[in-house]
Amino acid sequence: MIDYDYLRPDNLEEALRLLKEYGPKAAIIAGGTDVMVKIRNTRKAPEVLVSIRGLNDLRYIDKAGDYRIGALTTHRMLEESDLVKTELSALYDGASKVGSVQVRNVATIGGNICNAAPSADTAGPLLVLDAVVFMEGPDGKRSVPITEFFTGTYRTVLKREEVLTEIRIPGEMEEFGSAYWKHSRRKAMNLPILGIAVSVKMDDQIISDVRIGLTVAAPTPVRAYKAEDFLKGRPLSDEALSEAGRIAASTECCSLRDSLRGEAWYRAEIIETYVPRMARLAAERISKRRSK
Amino acid sequence: MKKVSISFTLNGNSVTAEVPETWTLLKTLREYFELTGAKEGCGVGECGACTVIMDGQAINSCLCPIPEVEGRSVDTIEGLAGEDGTLHPLQDAFLKNNGVQCGYCTSGMIMSSKALLDQKPDPTEEEIRTAIAGNFCRCTGYVQIVESVEMAAKELK
Repeated sequence: MIDYDYLRPDNLEEALRLLKEYGPKAAIIAGGTDVMVKIRNTRKAPEVLVSIRGLNDLRYIDKAGDYRIGALTTHRMLEESDLVKTELSALYDGASKVGSVQVRNVATIGGNICNAAPSADTAGPLLVLDAVVFMEGPDGKRSVPITEFFTGTYRTVLKREEVLTEIRIPGEMEEFGSAYWKHSRRKAMNLPILGIAVSVKMDDQIISDVRIGLTVAAPTPVRAYKAEDFLKGRPLSDEALSEAGRIAASTECCSLRDSLRGEAWYRAEIIETYVPRMARLAAERISKRRSK
Repeated sequence: MKKVSISFTLNGNSVTAEVPETWTLLKTLREYFELTGAKEGCGVGECGACTVIMDGQAINSCLCPIPEVEGRSVDTIEGLAGEDGTLHPLQDAFLKNNGVQCGYCTSGMIMSSKALLDQKPDPTEEEIRTAIAGNFCRCTGYVQIVESVEMAAKELK
């Protein structure tokens, strides 16, 4: 028999107090599209669910110097935001491909990264947008770069008594174009076989700065630093992009595995194919935005 | 098991449900209110047979804990037809276009389509397909379903 107490604090202080009071007995629920599924599939529930859905102050997208996204912002809000679509395009690509409309209407960006699935569709985009994750707990506020947030499959640095409150993207990222490709067999209701995110900053035809993020390519979402280093300062040419794709797909950048959804050799080919395509799309997007 | 008392608006009427705290909105609709239009297909938010509209947005009622419904407004397929039994243009269009085969997905399809048309009265085919991407029809009658939504959109204009 599944049984739990369902608590609905309406502010962050109360939520933190409840998490502290119940300690290991409690778990946080936001949109519920992961937590409810897990309870149903495992037939096990924590003794207490602390629902943070009523923390309406954590639902926002704005730009004041930096881009700030509240943890409870839904995928649907990201998908429908012009700011996200034009200036944080990779995040639009990722958020709009999660699940279905019904799922995106409730599933939150904070939940997507706290669940920390290797396939999380917002993780790749946040990696290439230099996102910083803000958390609040009994000892106050702290933040970590998204590159340090994931510690393993379904594991993060978030402590049991903390709530993820905000995702911040540095204002300088407005000079980058970005794109994300979710490689999957169907267009909807599917997890990616592989995810590839790229952001680029262009100086005429030269790639002056670049980030490459890969998901389902390692136990956690990862940056392909070696491939980025290779591309910096090179022209946006087929040769340079192909070589960057090869480096990104190699063991220098990721650890591809055979799984139910795809085999390692296939995943490598997808990285080699889509790193160049996403880099070109990202460059095209920033040049279009600049010419407006 | 602890019971809770949840008050909300259901198809325009103020209601209160006294149900176990661990029930979902779907279970409450089907077993407390005996509104069996929303179906349980997968129970994990994949199939969309349980789709209802909460505060204007299509959601999977199977994933919605009942305490989250307090003070909200929920619309189900049962609230669509007029009081005299006149069908909603979406219901009418699904009948006319054979948008219904076995019928299991139909109430979810119609509620997803209604949420779309309420926000976008003149959707493209792609927008319709995106709106119902989370509703599985295992009879695979998608062509007639999309045509039904297109017809209803014209009718509603």
